[in-house]
Amino acid sequence: MITFDSVNKRYESGQDALVRVSLEIERGDMVFLTGHSGAGKSTLLRLLTAIERPTRGSILVAGQNLNRLRNGQIPYYRRNLGIVFQNHQLLFDRSVFDNVALPLSVAGCSKRELGRRVRAALDKVGLLHKEKQNPIVLSGGEQQRVGIARAVVNKPAILVADEPTGNLDPQLSAEIMQLFADFNAVGVTVMVASHDLELVARMKRRVLTLQAGQLIYDAYLGRRAQP
Amino acid sequence: MKQPTPNVKKNTRRQAPETRPQRSAGAVTARTGVSDRWHSWLGHHREMAVESLRRFFATPLASAMTALVIAIALALPAALQLGLVNFQRAVAGWDGQPQISVFLHKSAREAAVRSYTEGLRADPAIVEVTYISPEGALAEFQEASGLGDALAGLDANPLPAVLLLRPRNTDSGELEALAEKLRDSALTDAVVLDMAWVQRLAQLTELGRRLSAGLALLLALGVLLVVVNTIRLHIENRREEILVVKLVGATDAFVRRPFLYSGLCYGFFGGLLAWLLVAGGVALLSGPVAGLSSSYGSGYVLHGPGFPYLLGLTAGAALLGLVGAWLAVARHIRAIEPR
Repeated sequence: MITFDSVNKRYESGQDALVRVSLEIERGDMVFLTGHSGAGKSTLLRLLTAIERPTRGSILVAGQNLNRLRNGQIPYYRRNLGIVFQNHQLLFDRSVFDNVALPLSVAGCSKRELGRRVRAALDKVGLLHKEKQNPIVLSGGEQQRVGIARAVVNKPAILVADEPTGNLDPQLSAEIMQLFADFNAVGVTVMVASHDLELVARMKRRVLTLQAGQLIYDAYLGRRAQP
Repeated sequence: MKQPTPNVKKNTRRQAPETRPQRSAGAVTARTGVSDRWHSWLGHHREMAVESLRRFFATPLASAMTALVIAIALALPAALQLGLVNFQRAVAGWDGQPQISVFLHKSAREAAVRSYTEGLRADPAIVEVTYISPEGALAEFQEASGLGDALAGLDANPLPAVLLLRPRNTDSGELEALAEKLRDSALTDAVVLDMAWVQRLAQLTELGRRLSAGLALLLALGVLLVVVNTIRLHIENRREEILVVKLVGATDAFVRRPFLYSGLCYGFFGGLLAWLLVAGGVALLSGPVAGLSSSYGSGYVLHGPGFPYLLGLTAGAALLGLVGAWLAVARHIRAIEPR
């Protein structure tokens, strides 16, 4: 589903954010990406979401080579991704419902279909009863769940999360992670960047670890390690 | 996604794969049909049009100030243009034809003058000849100047007889030639070609036209800059929203749309206000102008900015607003990329 082939990313400042990173993630897999801040986690996700382009190497997502993606095609590519941010990036000038509906209205979904799907997504994260509220009144965990509902409302094949539990306490973090596991269970390929090693270890999934831009560890934590 | 999971946190932990085995092969990305997209595209346009109006009136003072700046900038050239049209209309009442005044020698005998006049009347280059006798000239002068009593004290009439000629050909070269021919006659004292004022009028009108065109161009540029700046501020204010919308797959056109409608909105209301300003100005001036023209014995009434002006100003300003918004959006939305 996702293939990185010796990907390099060098910023204009001369800093090498990623150095010859190669990895392969199967369809329906759930992968954690760990490493210290500055190790290249965010850069890897930015390349995956076509926010930035690699300096060298190629990235294939669902058979599509991101290097060949024209700027005009990027929006359509992103519609196949669900992106969850650390700071949830909700818009406080509209209701929870409208926040979650954003990807659908952007993609041109009919009003009826939109309502149905938004409610389904909100139901999935357990916030259906708060659809009319402004996200600003919600707790941090609830806000993050709204962010997740927004990421999955378009039924993306791939769900990408950048430190989704960064600001949450352990209990809430575990709930959020479980939510990702639930989506993975129905076939969504999930990639979560997190520095919370304890939580990651408890999930017993494949873990990729970056250090100084290099992939130094790739194994199934909690199961028998695979080479 | 109709799974009834009010308590996702715990219940679905292990159940999800079993309840939906058919999906486990991989998620199916949501697809949207062409007709859906078309309707949604139209819907988004309508939504954005309404939204831009709502935003315009949500901050009435700020919006009104921007619209007023646009209005003043547009009202100036529009008023000048309207003034020009009125001027031309007022002047059109006069005979724009050049006139040649032939002042005859005071010593010229009446019979000679009469035959000379007949000769001129027969000339195909001359349309009309009006003879004003010295007495007639004096009477007219007494009446017009208000110096009746003073003039009555004169021993002799100081005024000569005058022939007023209306030439057929108004070409300036031909007129000069005709004037030269008239000067050659022994009877004529002086020949005055009343061309200058016609030429001056034409040149003045041309000057006014160019001035208003230049001013219009300059101020249209000003309007453009005002809109660019206003829309730039709008974009800055909604930076976060643009980022998020781009990340969930909005095309540039989608991001652009609300700002283009806002520009259109500013332009339209600016144009409308400009028309109102001009109309108000005309209403203020029409009284004095009517008085002035009646004092000249003319029944001229100032023409206000009619429907064509309303249409031209609103449509033109809306277009300027759209172009300004486009310029701002092209420059600034590209700069807002998710980081």
